[in-house]
Amino acid sequence: MSATMTSGKNLVGSKLRPEAAIYRHVINAGDPWIYEIKKGQCFRIVDLHGNQAVDTLFYNAHDYSDRYSAQDTIQQQRNIYLTTGTRLMSTAGTVLLTIIADTCGRHDTLGGACANESNMVRYAIEKRHMHACRSSFLKAVIDWDHGMSKRDITSNINFFMNVPVTPEGKLTFEDGISEPGKYVELRAETDVLALISNCPQLNNPCNAYNPTPVEVLIWAAEP
Amino acid sequence: MNETVLWEETIQPGASWSHVLKRGTALRVTDLEGGSNVGGIFYNFECPTERYNMPDTLKAQHIARLTKGFVLYSDMGRILLSITGDTAGWHDPIGGTSNREIVEAKYGPSTYQQDRNDCHKNGRDSFLVELGKWGLGPRDLVANVNLFSRVDVADDGTLSFVPGNSKAGDSIDLRAEMNVLVILTTCQHPLDPDPKYHPKPVQVSICRVAAPTADDPCRLSRPENGRGFTLTERYFL
Repeated sequence: MSATMTSGKNLVGSKLRPEAAIYRHVINAGDPWIYEIKKGQCFRIVDLHGNQAVDTLFYNAHDYSDRYSAQDTIQQQRNIYLTTGTRLMSTAGTVLLTIIADTCGRHDTLGGACANESNMVRYAIEKRHMHACRSSFLKAVIDWDHGMSKRDITSNINFFMNVPVTPEGKLTFEDGISEPGKYVELRAETDVLALISNCPQLNNPCNAYNPTPVEVLIWAAEP
Repeated sequence: MNETVLWEETIQPGASWSHVLKRGTALRVTDLEGGSNVGGIFYNFECPTERYNMPDTLKAQHIARLTKGFVLYSDMGRILLSITGDTAGWHDPIGGTSNREIVEAKYGPSTYQQDRNDCHKNGRDSFLVELGKWGLGPRDLVANVNLFSRVDVADDGTLSFVPGNSKAGDSIDLRAEMNVLVILTTCQHPLDPDPKYHPKPVQVSICRVAAPTADDPCRLSRPENGRGFTLTERYFL
């Protein structure tokens, strides 16, 4: 295992029991999910089968124009990787959620989400038809029916994805460091809207060429 | 960029600026004093929901820095701008911009009442005001680039700002591949460790330039960029 894969991780488990969750849902491979998480609630994403990229956006539930900002998040913590202790910052400087447990150790926020159009650039113009995250994001916000549109689809988090940057300024896509059952857990610091695309990408190893389901769980806020 | 200069002007320190850079023209930004920072975000002027996309730019070219030969992608698989010249060697696409809280914490309080036009500016508010002039707002605020600044990433992911990346006279040339709404601010980089507030001025020059040829270095720098140019050219057919 290379140094870039072992350093910077902050592996912390959670005491929360799945049986005590107030909400449980399996997001099938390639499907979107949109849901409100209230302030103080804990939110876990479980990589059920391992090496599954979970493309995720968060919004202030009371103002969708105030949303997750990859750049503000990495700038505030002076580090590009997300792990336990990371505060997910919004464009307006709000702390949306804090990562409170992480058994994977590293999550990406520079690689963004796949799209029909970016697949055409990256792989082949004939690949436009292939199912992609940003189509899932769009479908989810249209179904949500609260006035959101492509303007609200911005640079996301890729939970369970490993995208190192080299000192020479190269961006690399390494093998996933996640395994079956690994999870990340976040506490909502304000009411948030969560938007997930369980990534359908088949052109690169981000899902080990076999997209699989993930589970999301929510626990009530502690009184 | 040895073509006719159509016009040029100076962007003052801590100021914002915008212009619709037409296809067939290019923008040269010159660091006048050395150590300047220019935050930039870019939109397809005809349809501003198509806009600069940091991840698509980085992953199409496997880069976490910008320099000559690379291009800036929109979220629609098209190229907004090509970097056809660069003497600084590194421009930062990941560090983001400052906001009011960061600027006040670093440099202390500053108000217009006290400091008049020297009052401290921040990147986020500067972008929002300039975007507002084009009918755009917070929903259009996306990840920005920082021209002339360099941020290194260590093996463990730690970010470090590299002072002195750009010298007086360094410049970058951005060729418009569509009609691009260019929004710039000369606020300091958010990770600049300098405890003093002193943003720097830059010069902008607009030139008419030839269309990219079949052997254009940006087109040929990666197979991805070849497809990016094809998709951009199809947009105008």
